[in-house]
Amino acid sequence: MAVPAQSVAVPALSSKLLAAALLSVGVMLLLAYLVGFDQGAVSRSGMYLHELMHDGRHLLGVPCH
Amino acid sequence: MRTFGSLLVRGLVVGLFAGLLAGTFAYAVGESRVDAAIAIEESGGHAHTHAHEEDHHEDPLVSRDGQRAGLFLATSLYGVALGGLFAVAFTLLRRKLRTGNDAYAALGLAAAGFVGIVLVPFLKYPPNPPAVGDPDTITRRTVTYLLTLVIGLLAVWAGVALSRWAARYGEVARLAGGVAGLVVTVVAAYLILPRINEVPETFPATLLWQFRFASLGTQATLWLLLGFGYAVAVDRRPIRSKVAAA
Repeated sequence: MAVPAQSVAVPALSSKLLAAALLSVGVMLLLAYLVGFDQGAVSRSGMYLHELMHDGRHLLGVPCH
Repeated sequence: MRTFGSLLVRGLVVGLFAGLLAGTFAYAVGESRVDAAIAIEESGGHAHTHAHEEDHHEDPLVSRDGQRAGLFLATSLYGVALGGLFAVAFTLLRRKLRTGNDAYAALGLAAAGFVGIVLVPFLKYPPNPPAVGDPDTITRRTVTYLLTLVIGLLAVWAGVALSRWAARYGEVARLAGGVAGLVVTVVAAYLILPRINEVPETFPATLLWQFRFASLGTQATLWLLLGFGYAVAVDRRPIRSKVAAA
């Protein structure tokens, strides 16, 4: 039943690839945190960025005040 | 074959594009609902006032116009982040997806992401407009929201695993297994997770749901464009081979 997995576009798994993937995930999660949850601790802008992105946070479904 | 860098950059670019258009949807459909909710908030439609809201009212750090523009910043950055995560997921999971077609693989991943990250959290904890929500419970609501997101992804995984196992009993069993794995995980989690309802009694139900569907639409726009955009981006042959083929 199982169709042999064909890979067309991705590089082979290697420790180098995993390290790059892990680093990317970290950076992306930090960025998502900045939009969704940060209140100045990461952005170092006080509440400015938090307030600026207020409507986006609500409409992206993140819980807010 | 594409390098990881090439796959990642495609995800970031597609994510930016999807985020901008999701922002446009949110601006067109959602902003008037946010405004209406803020009007209720400011008319004292509900009792509690607190520091965060007072920031809004008396000495706004960012004007309403600023927040309307900031909407695009938020959806774009969020789109870039999701696009990057999507690219990593595509790179690591591509071999596990049983299709020889990269575009179908991208669409399948986007559908899975939408169900796990958007739909499952939405059905348990539907998003709320301004004027709804007790600031004292924000930590609890944030944690439960993130939990539903993780559970959503686990439920999708359970569905896929069960459908692959059930496939030996035929096509209908494969589909039924997928649905069962997903639904049973989600329902069990919904029963265990706490019920949270902070909508004031007097808050208009129509406005509440208009806002919620605007939020769902914003996220659906983001994931649709992410899926189709990445399908196109990853499918594109390098320009050189096109020239060679011509």
